[in-house]
Amino acid sequence: MSTIAVNTSGAVGRTVADATAPVRIAVRNLNFYYGDFRSLKDISLNFYDRQVTALIGPSGCGKSTLLRTFNRIYSLYPEQRAEGEILLDGQNVLSPSIDVNELRARVGMVFQKPTPFPMSIYDNIAFGLRLYENLPRSELDGRVEEALRKAALWDEVKDKMRQSGMGLSGGQQQRLCIARTIAQQPEVILLDEPTSALDPISTGKIEELIEQLRTEFTIVIVTHNMQQAARISQFTAFMYLGELVEFGPTNKMFMTPTKKQTQDYITGRFG
Amino acid sequence: MAEHIVRSYDNDLQGLRRRITEMGGIAEKMLVDAIAALIRHDKPLAQTVIASDSRLDVLQREVEESAILTIARRQPLAVDLRETISAIRVSGDVERIGDLAKNIAKRALAIGEEFQPQKIVLGLQHMSDLVLGQLKDVLDAYTQQDTAKAIDVWKRDGAIDALYTSLFRELLTYMMEDPRNISFCTHLLFCAKNIERIGDHTTNIAETVHYLVLGENLAIDRPKNDHSIDATLGIGA
Repeated sequence: MSTIAVNTSGAVGRTVADATAPVRIAVRNLNFYYGDFRSLKDISLNFYDRQVTALIGPSGCGKSTLLRTFNRIYSLYPEQRAEGEILLDGQNVLSPSIDVNELRARVGMVFQKPTPFPMSIYDNIAFGLRLYENLPRSELDGRVEEALRKAALWDEVKDKMRQSGMGLSGGQQQRLCIARTIAQQPEVILLDEPTSALDPISTGKIEELIEQLRTEFTIVIVTHNMQQAARISQFTAFMYLGELVEFGPTNKMFMTPTKKQTQDYITGRFG
Repeated sequence: MAEHIVRSYDNDLQGLRRRITEMGGIAEKMLVDAIAALIRHDKPLAQTVIASDSRLDVLQREVEESAILTIARRQPLAVDLRETISAIRVSGDVERIGDLAKNIAKRALAIGEEFQPQKIVLGLQHMSDLVLGQLKDVLDAYTQQDTAKAIDVWKRDGAIDALYTSLFRELLTYMMEDPRNISFCTHLLFCAKNIERIGDHTTNIAETVHYLVLGENLAIDRPKNDHSIDATLGIGA
């Protein structure tokens, strides 16, 4: 049973884990190799529409590796390969026939270290839009503003849009990167430890932002912060040494996990 | 269970368990002594019981403060969170058990040397023996995290309730026979009720143990056998 929350823009978001929601990404028997080393072992799980799924686990467990398969960012590196299926709305993104650039517009990514382009704040957002769409100036302005509003950054930057994005604070830069991603109107947003490098206030702002964004986007977040995962996700996947140990609704995972290994990890008994 | 990587976390939880164990020991002794004081008209013993209660209050506050600090500092999850919350609940129940035993001791002082019918005295002794057994078993269940033992305590409360109902009727009879009996019978009635309430608190602790170990609550409705509410005086019948 899901509890439906309505945000101020009228979009609908699920506040508790809803496994009856459509599956946005289905991972089936995924294996991943760095050269000969198999770093993901036969992973199968679902990511549900417009909900946040957290990937947790000790260093080296494969959570970031898994994240990077969803938008094929690993294929920049020749020694890395994936086998199996990753179905994005039924389409296997590992298929050679997929246009990876289009994929990366549908599946956006934000990294641990903020990566603003060395351009103006305006151009940081407009750059991607100009690549994929031929928009008249007024519409481009509108899309840039919309992205910055959704990323809760507009009020802080609207009077300095021509200034360099690199001049913003760490937390603002991260929100700029999120704005850049959502300007592409993706279906899925991947977040790889997005707040690890940020102070507590910026972290809070990003978490608040994630709660707003999940009414529109499916979100997958890798985090080392157990409490953050517990706060903002509806589903959690615990990984260890390349395997999926346990997956389920976040409330259950953090209160009554099924596997002892999961409990040991989240309570700080190993990891 | 494996130790936490940060050992002081284990120390925090150990501290909670240690205080609860100490509280349990004090409460058990208070109950035994309060009943003995009542039956033997032992005033000094009654006063000892009354004095013991303050230590329970101090320990209960310590458990609460320590649990709250643990939550703030450690952000416990899963079994650790359940254990921290359970410590707050159990310490509250044990503290109330102490209060009820203290109340029995106060009534022992109030009754003094007044006549107490043998049947009532035996009934109270029997009831308190059963409840003492419940208390020992449930505190063991908490220390050993033994859900089977906890569920057993939970189920056995019905027998205590039934004893209370029968004592209640008995006392009503005495009061009806002779108005001079009303004073001490009323005190004994409160004592019986206090013992029955102690039994209820042990089932609360049993429910908490179940939650602590399994993360699930026991069924909402425990079988109850307290039918004192149905007892009538028979006046005008």
